[in-house]
Amino acid sequence: MSETELPTPVERSMMQQAQSQSLADYARAYGRRLRSGDLGAIPIILGLVVITVIFQNLNENFLTPRNMVNLIVQMAGITVIAIGVVFVLLLGEIDLSIGYVSAVAAVLVALLLRGPTGISGVGRLMERLGITEPFNWWMAVGMALLLVALIGMVQGLIITRFQLPSFVVTLAGLLVWNGVVLILIGAGGTVIIQDQVIVNIANYFLPKELVVNDATLPVNTSWLVGLTIVVIFAAGRVSRWASRRKRGVSTTPVVIIVLEIFLVTLVTTVIIYICNLDRGVPLVGIIMLILLTFFSFLATRTRFGRYVYAIGGNMEAARRAGINVTRMRVTVFMLSSLMAGMGGIVLASRLRSVDTAAGGGDLLLISIAAPVIGGTSLFGGRGRVISALLGALVIAGVNNGMGLLGLSAGVKFVVTGLVLLAAVLVDAISRRGRAQSGLA
Amino acid sequence: MTENGVPILQLSGVSKSFGAVQALTKVDFEACAGEVMALVGDNGAGKSTLIKGIAGIYRFDEGEVLFDGQPVHIHSPRDAAQLGIEIVYQDLALADNLDVVANMFLGREVLQRPFRLDEAAMEESALKTLDSLSVTTVRSVRQAVAELSGGQRQAIAVAKAVMWNSRLVILDEPTAALGVAQTRQVLDLVRRLADKGLAVVIISHNLHDIFEVADRITVLRLGQRVNLYKTAETNQQEVVHAITAGKLEHVPGMASL
Repeated sequence: MSETELPTPVERSMMQQAQSQSLADYARAYGRRLRSGDLGAIPIILGLVVITVIFQNLNENFLTPRNMVNLIVQMAGITVIAIGVVFVLLLGEIDLSIGYVSAVAAVLVALLLRGPTGISGVGRLMERLGITEPFNWWMAVGMALLLVALIGMVQGLIITRFQLPSFVVTLAGLLVWNGVVLILIGAGGTVIIQDQVIVNIANYFLPKELVVNDATLPVNTSWLVGLTIVVIFAAGRVSRWASRRKRGVSTTPVVIIVLEIFLVTLVTTVIIYICNLDRGVPLVGIIMLILLTFFSFLATRTRFGRYVYAIGGNMEAARRAGINVTRMRVTVFMLSSLMAGMGGIVLASRLRSVDTAAGGGDLLLISIAAPVIGGTSLFGGRGRVISALLGALVIAGVNNGMGLLGLSAGVKFVVTGLVLLAAVLVDAISRRGRAQSGLA
Repeated sequence: MTENGVPILQLSGVSKSFGAVQALTKVDFEACAGEVMALVGDNGAGKSTLIKGIAGIYRFDEGEVLFDGQPVHIHSPRDAAQLGIEIVYQDLALADNLDVVANMFLGREVLQRPFRLDEAAMEESALKTLDSLSVTTVRSVRQAVAELSGGQRQAIAVAKAVMWNSRLVILDEPTAALGVAQTRQVLDLVRRLADKGLAVVIISHNLHDIFEVADRITVLRLGQRVNLYKTAETNQQEVVHAITAGKLEHVPGMASL
């Protein structure tokens, strides 16, 4: 760190410079990014603060523990679907089929759980195949996710094989899968989900007491989970820092790492505390967190993620670098369908049923709007997995707040639309900032 | 210097036609270790076709390709890369949104465990390569390429090409979009590549640059090699004349039967 005192930084070699990233260097680099229009998560955090202040002032129930827990459960399904959308947007593509693909997965799970009864086509098919028992939950989920992944693969293959815009192919998919959902549900109109595991996905809360052999221990499991989260995060940061330092390549200043760990601890503690004032930490919140962590890792630390960014940034460069662009694109469309399927199951779990409205309404649009509001560019190559969470939080927050105020669906749409417009404008203006500083 | 150079790549009598259009007619070409060979010619002279043939994007219809004195068949860009032939294209083929390290390793990432990228190792060797080429103008290898100037991007593209034990580096119009100072940096870099013992081929329309950096100049005209000069023994007028009115040995534009 003391190397920053050297008088002539220009003449130092890259190797020397790399080892000496001090807090000042870090701050300078950050300032440079800001000035060039790369605002990162700042607009969205400001937006969240504004939303919170406005709704809390209009209705004091907004910030209550009960409503915060509701918010987590409300945003979970959208977040999961939006994670897949992030990858599609990173490629510079779009997937309009995700709404009804999520419904296909939900309907399949519900029908497979109901088993071989003659009421639905799926039930009759099961009968004909000689299946006598309903599927158990993991078989139903596995089968449904496998099928929606196949849907994504077919759409991806059509897009790449015939060089069609993903917009058109997935628009066709939107219609087709909407139809398939209606056909699958059949005349009944609503399929109830009774499997306890599936219902628990969105309706279970981490117990505040631990029951072991009929003895109730005063151990709040949510704090154990919280501790695990903080420890894993801190261990990841510290081990990365240590290994980079050992290699002698640039490291994040220690102060920043400590600050990051402190912030994660603070946020985790506050959220768990608030949730425990109400029903407890929702299981679906933990599921959401695990998926976000996994896909963030996939996007930033693996070859797969690197290639997604490369293709979104410059497809020709990726091709010349020997990347199998076609296979990558097909895989991302599969991923998008798969995440839509998971999100659909979460949404169905919350309602404990699937009906003909599943996957419709504004689900598709808010699932695509979420990552964009969260800062992922529609033009490919720029964005982060966490934007799915941030955007979903904004959208669910606005919806939830206006619900408390008793505003009509019309007003909700107008406001959500304006939020989306604001997010896209921020993206466009920051692009112009990059262009003006010669960095576009 | 030419006399000392060992030919790394030798093409003799290569031809290539696209349907009725004869793009190259019995062209001889060589690139030697430690030497900068310039490839010049007017538009349509066959420079790109020749380069793409060497890169394995096209196959030559006839003629022999020797690499290190051994006959080779380059059927794909991968074959070329395996021999140690790297090409820096005019449009650079960098992904703007990725940082310098990610671009230099694109398609050849170093992995730590089965799935995980070894960022530290990649950063380390990227720094080493840039240092060895005396590229000091880049502020940080963790900067996105979008933040770099044209000259810096060119330097990164060249560094990317030489990082893989390459023996022959082909640069397509490396100074075309650059200002005076940046052109200077890139030409210095080209010279350093040759001084490190690589064979360098540079394609350029700018004769001033070529006379500054090249040891020999191959002139193509209408798909044929009309002349091979030593830079020290010629001048710009002579080369310009060869480009526009050099004597052709074969009837141009006809597929040979």
